[in-house]
Amino acid sequence: MTSVRDIPTQRVGVQAPPAARSVRLTKVFGEGDTRVVALDAVDVAFRAGQFTAIMGPSGSGKSTLMHCMAGLDAVTDGHAHIGDTELSSLNDRQLTMLRRDKIGFIFQAYNLLPTLTALENITLPMDIAGRRPDQAWLDTVIDTVGLRPRLNHRPSELSGGQQQRVACARAMANRPEIIFADEPTGNLDSKSGADVLAFLRRSVMEMGQTIVMVTHDPVAASYADRVLFLADGRIVDEMLSPTRERVLERMKAFDRQPEA
Amino acid sequence: MWHATLRNLLAHKLRLALSGLAIVLGVAFVSGTMIFTDTLGKTFENLFASTSADVNVEPASAFDSGLAGTGEGTGAASTVPESLVDTVRDVDGVAAAAGFVRTEGVYVLDGNGNVLDTGGAPGIGISWEPDPDLSSSTLVDGRAPRGAAQVALDVDSAEKAGYTLGDTVTVLTTGPRVQAELVGTFSFGDSGGSAGASLAAFETRAAQELFGTPGQFSGIGISTADGIAEETVRDRVAAAIGDGYDVRTASEQAEALAGDFEEGLAFVETFLLAFAGIALFVGTFIILNTFSMLVAQRTRELALLRALGAGRAQVTRSVLAEALVLGIVGSTLGLAAGFGVATGLRSLFGQFGLTLDGGLVFATDTVLWSYAVGVLVTLMAAYLPARRAAKTPPVAAMRDDHVSVERSLRRRTVFGGVLTAAGVAAMVGAFIVQDDGTAASLVGVGALTLLLGTIALSPVIARPFLRGIGAVLPRLFGTSGHLARENAVRNPRRTAATASALMVGLALVSGFSIIGASTNASVDNSLDQSLGADYVVSTAVAAPFSAEIAQEIRVIDGVESVTQQRFGQAQLGGVQTSVSAVDAATLDSAFALDYLTGGTEGLRGEGLLVDEDTAASRGWSVGDRVEALLANGERVELTVGGVYTTNQALGLAVISLDTFTAAGGEALDRFVYVDVAPDVDAAAVRSSLKATLDAYPVVTLKDQAQFADEQKGQVDQLLMIINALLGLSVIIAVLGIVNTLALSVIERTREIGLLRAIGMDRRQLRQMIRLESVAISVYGAVFGLILGIVFGTGLVQALADQGISQQVIPGGRMLLFLAIGALIGVLAAVWPARRAAGLKLLDAIATT
Ligand SMILES: Nc1ncnc2c1ncn2[C@@H]1O[C@H](COP(=O)(O)OP(=O)(O)OP(=O)(O)O)[C@@H](O)[C@H]1O
Ligand SMILES: [Mg+2]
Repeated sequence: MTSVRDIPTQRVGVQAPPAARSVRLTKVFGEGDTRVVALDAVDVAFRAGQFTAIMGPSGSGKSTLMHCMAGLDAVTDGHAHIGDTELSSLNDRQLTMLRRDKIGFIFQAYNLLPTLTALENITLPMDIAGRRPDQAWLDTVIDTVGLRPRLNHRPSELSGGQQQRVACARAMANRPEIIFADEPTGNLDSKSGADVLAFLRRSVMEMGQTIVMVTHDPVAASYADRVLFLADGRIVDEMLSPTRERVLERMKAFDRQPEA
Repeated sequence: MWHATLRNLLAHKLRLALSGLAIVLGVAFVSGTMIFTDTLGKTFENLFASTSADVNVEPASAFDSGLAGTGEGTGAASTVPESLVDTVRDVDGVAAAAGFVRTEGVYVLDGNGNVLDTGGAPGIGISWEPDPDLSSSTLVDGRAPRGAAQVALDVDSAEKAGYTLGDTVTVLTTGPRVQAELVGTFSFGDSGGSAGASLAAFETRAAQELFGTPGQFSGIGISTADGIAEETVRDRVAAAIGDGYDVRTASEQAEALAGDFEEGLAFVETFLLAFAGIALFVGTFIILNTFSMLVAQRTRELALLRALGAGRAQVTRSVLAEALVLGIVGSTLGLAAGFGVATGLRSLFGQFGLTLDGGLVFATDTVLWSYAVGVLVTLMAAYLPARRAAKTPPVAAMRDDHVSVERSLRRRTVFGGVLTAAGVAAMVGAFIVQDDGTAASLVGVGALTLLLGTIALSPVIARPFLRGIGAVLPRLFGTSGHLARENAVRNPRRTAATASALMVGLALVSGFSIIGASTNASVDNSLDQSLGADYVVSTAVAAPFSAEIAQEIRVIDGVESVTQQRFGQAQLGGVQTSVSAVDAATLDSAFALDYLTGGTEGLRGEGLLVDEDTAASRGWSVGDRVEALLANGERVELTVGGVYTTNQALGLAVISLDTFTAAGGEALDRFVYVDVAPDVDAAAVRSSLKATLDAYPVVTLKDQAQFADEQKGQVDQLLMIINALLGLSVIIAVLGIVNTLALSVIERTREIGLLRAIGMDRRQLRQMIRLESVAISVYGAVFGLILGIVFGTGLVQALADQGISQQVIPGGRMLLFLAIGALIGVLAAVWPARRAAGLKLLDAIATT
């Protein structure tokens, strides 16, 4: 199989440098009997303006890959880069700044601070940085997620899908270089999930956003430009222009021969 | 279920430690106060219950002064004649009887000629009783004193003064100064403790001469023959000696003394009990708060148990079982920590000269209360939220992030509103009623009701208040300020409960400082207005001293006039009143007096001067005849000769020194006022005055300003003790805030993780928690100060007629308290903030 790095990205910006990449990224948890190699020398690149889905069986290392790439967790070996920045060379403060300025996050749940309104949640990263939000961009984002009537509501007054859309808006509002989303639709019904995914898709198409999304759902994966398949801490396959059927097909193959 | 309970307790070690800490603190506070109060009580009881004779004869008191044992005599010297001892001895059933002498105002000087510091406790002179059946003193070392040249001291005083047997000791009596050889040391009463008081013992005859009256005794101690009931002997003795004497058995005597003691030290005891009450209150709050948080955090977990088939009662029971285990362990540790608190209080009082040298008293009550507080409060604290948690439908609890169900505050509002209104009404009532006693108790009741009302209302007020003052936080501190404010208001009940402990502490501290400042201002003001003399000679605590001092001052060159002032208790027209006795000839030069009617000449002979209030309330005017009954039973017909405007130094009523002496008043001065002639070298007079007084270290020479300072010094010292005690409650309050914050941090782990993930740095995170803490503590401080100002000014108003005429709110100090409140917030946040900043990012995100 060809190396992931050699595969040219489709659609947008063929010549653009990767928004994030890893070099022989290795993550080991525990020692001795409890030693788990969550990532095994992973080489991966996420091109700017591309929507990548990461799939794989439970425990295959998807979340770990995301955490290491986003500077949320230290790597055991190898390197992770966001743009030109090598993460292992940064101290805690610099990492914090990096996350604040260059990365957006969407988690599966509990994305929002219950004490803040939807709008305050959206602008939170900029508030933390002490920056004024770019009002025009903010309006664009808010209209894209369709939350204008709900801006002054608190999370407890929003549905799960609306909360996730607020989280998406927050991730976007800061114009990060890359957004990491860990099962953003995992807790949503299919309609709300579709809204969120449609929004992510649009932000890639219309705003050139780079998104990396972990998911278990072939439908969700079909919104992406490409799908990476992870198993046992290694990237075992990749699929461009995925459709639900092809992803489903590929996953069945996993089930038959898990060590693919 | 038991298994799950224990597992649960151990699984959350930090939560366990924090809630345990709350119980330990609360109980330590309560038990420490109780142990200390008991120790204090025991020491004083021991001091005053000085008799071990089976039956005692003492001169009857014409009325109960209620002041025995406080060092404040009735001013009337009353004794029993020596001849009475023989009469008593002859009574059937009396095995032995002996007269004894006991006088206050007898001080021991140390080697440097300074009065041995008794920390406000009396210096006592006694006769040495060799018969152990009649004596309450036991020789420790040496032998019994004989003649006027030998003395025995209590062990503590001898040690404090650095005397060993054979040394020459100087004793200042109310009469002459005595030099005697120290031949013995003794311990006093059962426990040997003397509460700082010094005891000097001479042979009986010498004691009569030195500080008693020859031929007279203070009382007679009797031991009964075997097989005869004390009561029988008491009745026979009473029959034999006739009226005019109190004859009491040992237990009656102890009871009478204890009664006197209780009244005399009522203030100290009431204060310490109030303090224990505050302790209980604050402790309860912390425990309640901690547990409601714990259970709230576990709502989801409990719901899971319910979903898995545990019954509602089972869930509640498991929480209660947990609370029981914690309560018992925490109370036990708290009880032990209480000893530490009591030891600290003891050394604090020691700093102020009140030595409690007997061991700490550990009463059953202390144990009972400690466990009652620790276990019951914990159970209650756990029960309410547990029941709430059990009621939450499993689905509701499982569905989302913390479902801290916002309960309605309506009942709180109504309840708190009614209490607050009642409190305000009582305070207003205090301003309206005339009677001082009623006014003071109305202020007391009003203050308590207002306090409870405010605490009940506190969650209702918290939100608008914190939003209000919190408005500056985002502006000053950006996002951390914004988030801090939102966190502070997100659970008003919790915020209010956390702030309450601080509120109570600061309300009391600021209230007392208003009373203190007002008292000091009043002292200044009233001395300005009531004193006319150049110098005042007195002891620091208005203790009686020898009249010889006035005699010696009188002969100094340049001294124009010397005025002696004595105090006594008398029933004037049937109502007990403090009476000053002053020489009519020099009254005008010593005091600044304004007469409404009559004048100083009205004091001559059997005259009586009264102040305007007394005249008004009794309906007396010049020329009226008033019957005075002194404590020794003497009756005198007095004629009102003048009515003066309120005068702090003179008090309510004045009789002439002659009348006082003729009626058997003690020949001991409390104050001597000195006027210097206008045309002499003032400095020279002053130094000869000083030289003369050097021989009497009990008293000091003060000009008006120094006199005022001395009086204020006492107020300040009392205030310091009070504040030190209250400081403890503030410390507990701080720990309560730490506890709440730490639990909040645990509760918000995921939020903190999220904030970190999206770019909040550690510094901002710490600041966020610090600001929340400051907001909460400032909230407590502001309301504490408001309440304190209301209490303080209310009480000052109520006490206006008691001499606190000035109303002063020390603004600088109030601001200082507010700043301390904010500082407390900063300090309380240190550890929780560090914990929050130290949370591992991924753990925080992954926490479920
Ligand atoms: N903090 C940790 N300590 C020890 N082992 C860990 C830790 N985090 C993850 N692992 C292990 O690393 C491996 C990869 O975990 P990861 O969370 O990345 O899987 P995942 O692909 O995201 O699974 P899922 O689809 O269930 O979310 C797993 O075997 C897991 O047990
Ligand atoms: Mg995962």
